[in-house]
Amino acid sequence: MTESERKIRVLVAKPGLDGHDRGAKVVARALRDAGFEVIYTGLRQTPEQIAEAALQEDVDVIGLSILSGAHMRLFPEIMKLLKEKGIDDVLVIAGGIIPEEDIKPLEKMGIKAIFGPGTPTGEIVEFIRKNIK
Amino acid sequence: MVTKEKLDISQQKRDWENNTLKKTLDKSPERRERFMTTSSRPIARLYTPTDIANLDYDRDLGFPGQYPFTRGVYPTMYRGRLWTMRMFAGFGTAEQTNARYRYLLEQGQTGLSVAFHLPTIQGLDSDDPMATGEIGVCGVAVDSLADMEILFSRIPLDKVTTSMTINAPAAVLLCLYIAAAEKQGISSTQIGGTIQNDILKEYQAQKTWIFPPDPSMRIITNTLEFCTKNVPRWNTISISGYHIREAGSTAVQELAFTLANGLTYVQAGVDAGLAIDDFAPRLSFFFDSHLDLFEEIAKFRAARRIWAREMRERFNPKNRGSYLLRFHTQTAGVSLTAQQPENNIIRTTLQALAAVLGGTQSLHTNSMDEAWALPTEKAATIALRTQQILAHESGVANTIDPLGGAYFIEALTDEMEEEVYKYFDRIEKLGGVVEAIKKGFFQREISDSAYRYQRETEEKERIIVGVNEYITDDRLEIPVLKIDPEVERTQLARLQKTRKSRNNNKVEQLLSRLQKAAEGTENLLPHILAAVREYATVGEVCNALRDVYGEYQEPIIF
Repeated sequence: MTESERKIRVLVAKPGLDGHDRGAKVVARALRDAGFEVIYTGLRQTPEQIAEAALQEDVDVIGLSILSGAHMRLFPEIMKLLKEKGIDDVLVIAGGIIPEEDIKPLEKMGIKAIFGPGTPTGEIVEFIRKNIK
Repeated sequence: MVTKEKLDISQQKRDWENNTLKKTLDKSPERRERFMTTSSRPIARLYTPTDIANLDYDRDLGFPGQYPFTRGVYPTMYRGRLWTMRMFAGFGTAEQTNARYRYLLEQGQTGLSVAFHLPTIQGLDSDDPMATGEIGVCGVAVDSLADMEILFSRIPLDKVTTSMTINAPAAVLLCLYIAAAEKQGISSTQIGGTIQNDILKEYQAQKTWIFPPDPSMRIITNTLEFCTKNVPRWNTISISGYHIREAGSTAVQELAFTLANGLTYVQAGVDAGLAIDDFAPRLSFFFDSHLDLFEEIAKFRAARRIWAREMRERFNPKNRGSYLLRFHTQTAGVSLTAQQPENNIIRTTLQALAAVLGGTQSLHTNSMDEAWALPTEKAATIALRTQQILAHESGVANTIDPLGGAYFIEALTDEMEEEVYKYFDRIEKLGGVVEAIKKGFFQREISDSAYRYQRETEEKERIIVGVNEYITDDRLEIPVLKIDPEVERTQLARLQKTRKSRNNNKVEQLLSRLQKAAEGTENLLPHILAAVREYATVGEVCNALRDVYGEYQEPIIF
C-alpha cells in the first residue's frame, strides 16, 4: 500500500540549443495526467545540469527531448555523467527528431526507448509503468 | 422577386432542413457528430447568404489595393507579379550554403532566405561549450564577417534580397550583412531584405531569446531608427505568427498574438519618437499555412483587414504603406509526418494553395523530408516545383481573391476577426503584450491548445494519414541530409584564424564602447556595426550585451 503511494517521478529534460518544447510539454502534461510527478527542466540544459537535476530530484525516469540534431554528442555525455554520479537505477527514454540509424547505438548506451514523432502519449505512459525498477 | 428570395432564405433553409435534410439524416447519419477545423473550430453543415447578412462590401471587403485590403494588397496581385518564391536554406559551412544559394538562384528562385545554426541564433560562437554538436546542423554557421563574406560570395547584394531568420541577435546579423555588402562595394542604402527581429514571439513560442523583454524592445527600437535612416530598403521586423502556430496554437491565437505583437512594436517605435510613416511601411508579417484550407484563407484575409483598421485608428498614418499588411508564408512544418514522408508533398501543396488563395507576398514550401532533417537538394527542388506548378499550371493566379464573397469564407473571416478582438481585450486587461508574457499568458494558451490537439489526435477525433490511421509498417526510405563532421573542424579553424588575424586591441575597445552605449541611451547599432567590421564575433558582441542586460529566465509552464 505505502509502496504504491509513492508517485513515479519523471524528469523531462531538454538538452541542446533548440527551443522546440511543444513535444516535451505535451508529454510532460500527459505524464502528469497519468498520475506521475513531473519535473520539467526548461530549455537548453547542459548534460551536467540534467544529471545534477536527476540526482537532486531523485527521479525514477528521465525523458530527454531534442530536435536540434545534437543528440549523438549530448546523449552519450549525459549517460556518462549519470554513471559517474552513481545514478544507475533510472529509466532513461528519449524523443524528438532522432533518425532511424541512431536508435541502435543510443539503445546500446542504455537509453531504453526512443519515441519518435507521432507516438501516442499513452504508449509512453505504459512503457514507463512496465519498465520502472 | 430577388428581394423576396433574399428575405426568404432563412425560411427556405429551415424548410430544407425539415424536409429534404431530415429525410437523409434519418436514413443515414453524418460521419461525425462534430465537424471541426485543425484548430478545433466547429464548422456548420452549410453556409448561406444569412451567414453574411451583415457583410458590407465597401466597409468589409473593398477592392484590391484599397482599404481595408481584405481582397489583397495590390491592385493586380498575381496578374501583375507572382509571389516571391523564397526557400529557406542553410546548413554546414558558409561555403556549402553559398553553393546551395547559387543553385537555387539558377533554378529560378527569386530571393534568398538564410537559416542560421542554433549557436548563431542564441548569440554564441562555435567554440562555446553550449555549441557542442550543433555546429552547422540546423543551419549555416556564422561567427563573424569572415563567414558572411563567404556566404554571399558571388551573389550581388544590390540585386537579390535576403531574408534572415534571426531574432535575439538580429541587430548583429544585420550589421554583418551591411559589412559584407560594403566589402562588395555596395552601400547600406542599396541593400534590401528582412530580419525577423521579432523578439516578442520568442518569449511566447519559439523560445530563442537572450536578453529580458525590456532591453530586447530597446534594441528593436534602435534597429527601427537605424534602418529608417541608413537602410531604407530593409524590412525591419517580420512579425511572425509562424512559430506561435508551430508551438501548437490555433489559427486565431496565431492571428491575434501576432497582430498584438505588431501593434506593440509600432507603439514602441512611436514612443521612441519615430514618425509612424517613417518606419511602419517597413514592417512585414510572416504566417503559417496549415492544413485546414478555408480556415487559413480566412485567417490571411482577416489579418489584412484588422491590421489596416487598427493601424489607421490607433496611429493615424498618412502613407498607405503604413497600414497595408504584406506577408510571407511558410507551410506548416509541424504538419509534416515522419511516417510515409512522401505524403508530405501533398500536405505542402494544399498549404501552399491556401497561402496563394489568401494573397501571400512570398512563400516557402517545406520539403517532404523535413520531419527528419534539413532537406536534401532533390526534396527542396520538388518543394520549389510545387510553387511553380501552382503559379503556372493551376490557374489560381489568374484572378484576385477567387474565394471572396463565398458564404463560408466570408463568415469564417468575420468569425475569426471577432475572436481576435476578444484576445486583444484579454491582452489589454493583462497590461499589454510584454506584461502578459511575464505572466505566462501566451505560453499557457499555446500549451493548452497543443495538448488539446494531441488528445483529439489520440482519440481519433482527427485522422492523420499514416500516423493514427492508414498506418503501414513504415521504414524511412528517402535519403536524409547528413552534416559532415568536417564542418565543425572547418568552422572552428576559421574562427580561430579570425581571432588571430584581426586587430584585437581595436575589437576590445569597440566592444567596451558598445557596453557603455548599452548602459546609456545611445543607439546601439552604429557601435555593433563598428565592432563587426573589425571582425568581432556574434558571441563577443552578444556577451558584451549579456554583461549589461543579463539573460531572460522563462516561467516554467506546462
